[in-house]
Amino acid sequence: MSDVRVAGTGLTPFGNSPERTGRDLFAEASITAFEASGVPRDDVEAVLYGNFMGELSEHQGHQGPLMAEAAGVRAPATRYESACASSGTAVREAVKRIRNGENDVLLVGGAERMTNLGTAGATEALAIAADDLWEVRAGVTFPGAYALMAQAYFDEFGGEHEDLAHIAVKNHANALNNDKAQYQRAIEVSDVLEAPPVSEPLGLYDACPISDGAAALVLTSESYAEEHDLEAPVAITGTGQGGDRMALHDREHLARSPAARAAGEEAYADAGVDAGDVDLAEVHDCFTIAEVLALEALDLEPIGEGISAARDGRTTADGETPINLSGGLKAKGHPVGATGASQIAEVTDLLAGEHPNSEHVDGATTGVAHNAGGTVASATVHVLEVVA
Amino acid sequence: MSDAESVADAGFDEWLEAAADGEAYFLECANGHGSLPPRRVCPDCGSTDLAESELPDTGNIQTFTVTHVPTPAFEEDAPYANAIADFGSVGITGQVIGVDPGDVETGMTVELEIAISETTAERVIGFRPA
Repeated sequence: MSDVRVAGTGLTPFGNSPERTGRDLFAEASITAFEASGVPRDDVEAVLYGNFMGELSEHQGHQGPLMAEAAGVRAPATRYESACASSGTAVREAVKRIRNGENDVLLVGGAERMTNLGTAGATEALAIAADDLWEVRAGVTFPGAYALMAQAYFDEFGGEHEDLAHIAVKNHANALNNDKAQYQRAIEVSDVLEAPPVSEPLGLYDACPISDGAAALVLTSESYAEEHDLEAPVAITGTGQGGDRMALHDREHLARSPAARAAGEEAYADAGVDAGDVDLAEVHDCFTIAEVLALEALDLEPIGEGISAARDGRTTADGETPINLSGGLKAKGHPVGATGASQIAEVTDLLAGEHPNSEHVDGATTGVAHNAGGTVASATVHVLEVVA
Repeated sequence: MSDAESVADAGFDEWLEAAADGEAYFLECANGHGSLPPRRVCPDCGSTDLAESELPDTGNIQTFTVTHVPTPAFEEDAPYANAIADFGSVGITGQVIGVDPGDVETGMTVELEIAISETTAERVIGFRPA
């Protein structure tokens, strides 16, 4: 089975640019990815594109062919929608296609335009990732759903808001050097604790921002990379996906993410690694509590102990396993359809020594990207390794 | 919510109506798995033999949050407490009513009561401390 090489990565800055269309954002990311890869557009056999709220934010469905066109690619194109895990699922599909010999070169990515909706509009749009009849109509927002999980975690395992605050502080610190990040600004624990409440126990600084942005990856087969002498030392060596019941109240666990655990176990087994091999990870920290649940689901922290990982320095830039060196969704931003592909881009660049924060993971060979949809009714996990 | 005013949601609207009349139910398969409508298949075992069973009179709050930043549909209602409560073999998400949101606690015993949104006048699933 062929390794899947990441030949090129491209990200727009993530942030507040309400005037930019999705097609403009994805065009920019894809130009960067193609230039980095050295792969001609004519060799691309398909475009796999992630997007969540295009109908609401841009009145635009059928975005696959639109984005292929924006990227200057003449090839069949499909949009993947799995809430905030949209481009994670697109990457997974691309990996499977290259492995099974169906394709040698794919353009994969995602984009989201969100800030033009305003805070209330974006909150409403994000909420539809939950069960409309049984959650949204009861007033559950996206932050509210994670707050329900945070309170359940506190009740089951202990911990308090101050523990979560250290996660936000860490991820903001990591974003200081990332010029693509939405917030390149340090914060302190007191900032988090004193911020206005959104859905208690979560406040404004426990939440990722509303963002515009795009991510693109040029993925190739190992044989294509070798034949064309590509500079592509990093491969996606493991892929996994998990699912769970849609509504939180139907789940077996309110303070755990079984879908992410299933995705992680599958991805680790696929790559032939275990959690102990992981040198760094980008995890889906849409809210501070989400990082805790992700670390535990990926076995990077024991159940019930992820809450203290940032506070005690285990996941900081100079800790044992740095988490979210990009700044994470919290500080880098979360243009939802772009996030999964952007995490793969960040891990690739970190492992290749081409990331502003690569110095913190010198010699790292194995990274993980964890992308969650909704309240983790969907999750994808990918393992990336330096192979060349 | 203009669509919701004119178009019914089969299964869900009937359930709200029944709950408002004090006759809330859940769906139960032959293997005893409980779930909420509308549903044709038990999500636990795949059974298509689902029957309506009476919902227990009280439930227990499993977790809760007080939301200060709502969607536009609940703008006038905020701040409000959302909770997940277990009623026997089913969990339900609702708004805790009849109590200050700051006084809601995990483990609280509640009764189901259909409330009305101050913002939209739509029906909302409510939990009132028993």
